[in-house]
Amino acid sequence: MVPGIVAFTGKFFPHSFTLLRNVADIMDFFEPDYFIELLFSGLTKGAIYALIALGYTMVYGIIGLINFAHGEIYMIGAFTALIVSTVLSIYGFPLLAIFILAAVAAVVWASAYGYTIERLAYRPLRNAPRLSPLISAIGMSIFLQNYVLLAQTSDFQPFPALVPDFAFMEPVAHIVGSTDLVILVVSVIVMILLTVMIKFTRTGKAMRATAQDKKMALLVGINVDNVISITFITGSALAAIGGLLIASHVGQINFYIGFIAGIKAFTAAVLGGIGSIPGAVLGSFILGLTESFATGYVSSDYEDVFAFSLLVLILIFRPAGLLGKSTIEKV
Amino acid sequence: MYTEKEEHHVLKPKSLHSFLAAFAFATGVSTGALAADTITIGVAGAHSGDLASYGLPTVKATELVVNDINEQGGINGMQLKMLAEDDVCKPEIATNTATKLVSENVNVVIGHICSGATKAALPIYRDANIIVMSPSATNPDLTQSGDYPNFYRTIASDDLQARTMVDFVTDKLHAQKVAIIHDKGDYGKGLAEFAKTFIEQAGKIEVVLFEGVTPGAVDYSSVVQKIKRSKADAVIYGGYHPEASKIVSQMRKKRLETAFLGPDGVKDDTFIKVAGANAEGVYATGPADVSQNPLTKKYRQKFIDQEGTDPGAFFNNAVAAALALTSAIEKAGSTDSEAIANALHNETAETPFGAIKFDASGEPIGIGFIMYQVKNGEYVQVQ
Repeated sequence: MVPGIVAFTGKFFPHSFTLLRNVADIMDFFEPDYFIELLFSGLTKGAIYALIALGYTMVYGIIGLINFAHGEIYMIGAFTALIVSTVLSIYGFPLLAIFILAAVAAVVWASAYGYTIERLAYRPLRNAPRLSPLISAIGMSIFLQNYVLLAQTSDFQPFPALVPDFAFMEPVAHIVGSTDLVILVVSVIVMILLTVMIKFTRTGKAMRATAQDKKMALLVGINVDNVISITFITGSALAAIGGLLIASHVGQINFYIGFIAGIKAFTAAVLGGIGSIPGAVLGSFILGLTESFATGYVSSDYEDVFAFSLLVLILIFRPAGLLGKSTIEKV
Repeated sequence: MYTEKEEHHVLKPKSLHSFLAAFAFATGVSTGALAADTITIGVAGAHSGDLASYGLPTVKATELVVNDINEQGGINGMQLKMLAEDDVCKPEIATNTATKLVSENVNVVIGHICSGATKAALPIYRDANIIVMSPSATNPDLTQSGDYPNFYRTIASDDLQARTMVDFVTDKLHAQKVAIIHDKGDYGKGLAEFAKTFIEQAGKIEVVLFEGVTPGAVDYSSVVQKIKRSKADAVIYGGYHPEASKIVSQMRKKRLETAFLGPDGVKDDTFIKVAGANAEGVYATGPADVSQNPLTKKYRQKFIDQEGTDPGAFFNNAVAAALALTSAIEKAGSTDSEAIANALHNETAETPFGAIKFDASGEPIGIGFIMYQVKNGEYVQVQ
């Protein structure tokens, strides 16, 4: 019966066999090993974007400001980690101690920058039109890039691998590296901690109140200035951790790394719904996976085209992003 | 001496001409006789404007070579004279410059400096049957189009690096499948496209992957996985060292040991510093080191003695052009363009790059790129 059907279809549809072969080709094309490799590349990329996007989305969620200098805080965190780890490795500290001390130094230093930037560039403009702090943020970003360019160097600097190659990762090293794993785990942990902090702590409650209505928050006795400072410090600390981990992964830094990483992370935050913590992580993973699969199955020439087409599509159907709350503007 | 004076006076108001004529008559030297006894070398290029730093070293180089030869009695008893004309690297001005030099009856021209200006000027020299040799115009079309048989150069053309890499991959690494990755920029993508064309023209090996990556991205692992799946034996990369070190590092982290070849944008010590252990074994093309060549040393020292600074861009190439042209005139025994061309193609000339001659299209044989490999933290020449 079956040969008969094949002969029959073959007679009337001479192309049916090529069609079948094409289906097999497509199955080959999605070969499972390759798919999994691309999946993990995408997840790693997503986790990298998420580490930066979380800081963006948090600041936006609380004060409604797109902090364009966030990418530069990430870059300064990476530079601090580089300087501290270089000094410590000269004194022969063990790798774990270097990692922890460099992370602490990067967090402290970057937080100080975040706090200062807010005091200098954003607080005086708090009651100005919305565009003014935005321009101030762009100015801060350019200033910090050039400051590091002049104070440090314009050359690329090698960044040490602060995460060692774990022995248990060796069998899967061709799919996902040790640093990638740490980045993945850290970005998820950070997301959970942030959500818990905002949902369940007093500071978190104060943050949400500030986000809802600044004047009202003041009336019920919340120190809005402090809350905003804490927001910036937390966001900067996250950026610094991101800086340290991502620079370990990439292996090199210069004064400009914050810009492109910042743009991508910002895109991810908008995709997921800016202001939403889980949204930033979801958006980052979607962006990372899109880029990875576009590269893998189409061409890396079109990686950005796919990523931004997806952004446009999602924003058409969900203007507030995937997990963003759509607010109705009162006119 | 007289030549120089007359040259000046010709440009001055007419009232001086009678004096000049009388002077020339009195000394028994006529301008016509002088022209036959001197060989004029035109030097054209950017001598002012933004790109003057590209053109001025060539003027100085020619002057040094001309003075040197004149001190030793000239070529076949004839003295050399240099005539510099500025084209500001602009094609529309370069045609005027060329017309001026042709009307001054120059015998050969060293120049122009920029590829665009050179291309604009070449038809004028071709129609006047004057040989032109550029120390710096690298556009492949100038020689490969076959439109300018009068054109030569003492610098490797833009596609030569790609050719060097492709030859190396085919003949030395015996690769069957090659992945070509570039950074989407003019330099990187141009190089990658040349490499692809050369591989396809030869038809011996196969390009299994041709992709552009986004510079500055935080992660290239999906491209690396794609290279792995393509089962390429070698990766040819067109671009600069920051992306090259990221891609190589991620390849090695993903346990992919495929050979990696970069252009001179990768042959940079920063690459080794940044990629560290992952840089080991990476190949990169670069110009041969000529700093120990006696002619390089001689003219460099002369330049420093006179100017007090290091010679600038294309200085060695310009010295090579001046030496190649003067040596060809000497060997040809005349300033006839065909005789000079014959000597350029068949006789070698000693230059800062060693002994060079020119192939049928006008490309230098002996000036080019060689392959380096990172061994123990530094680039060493591949034998």
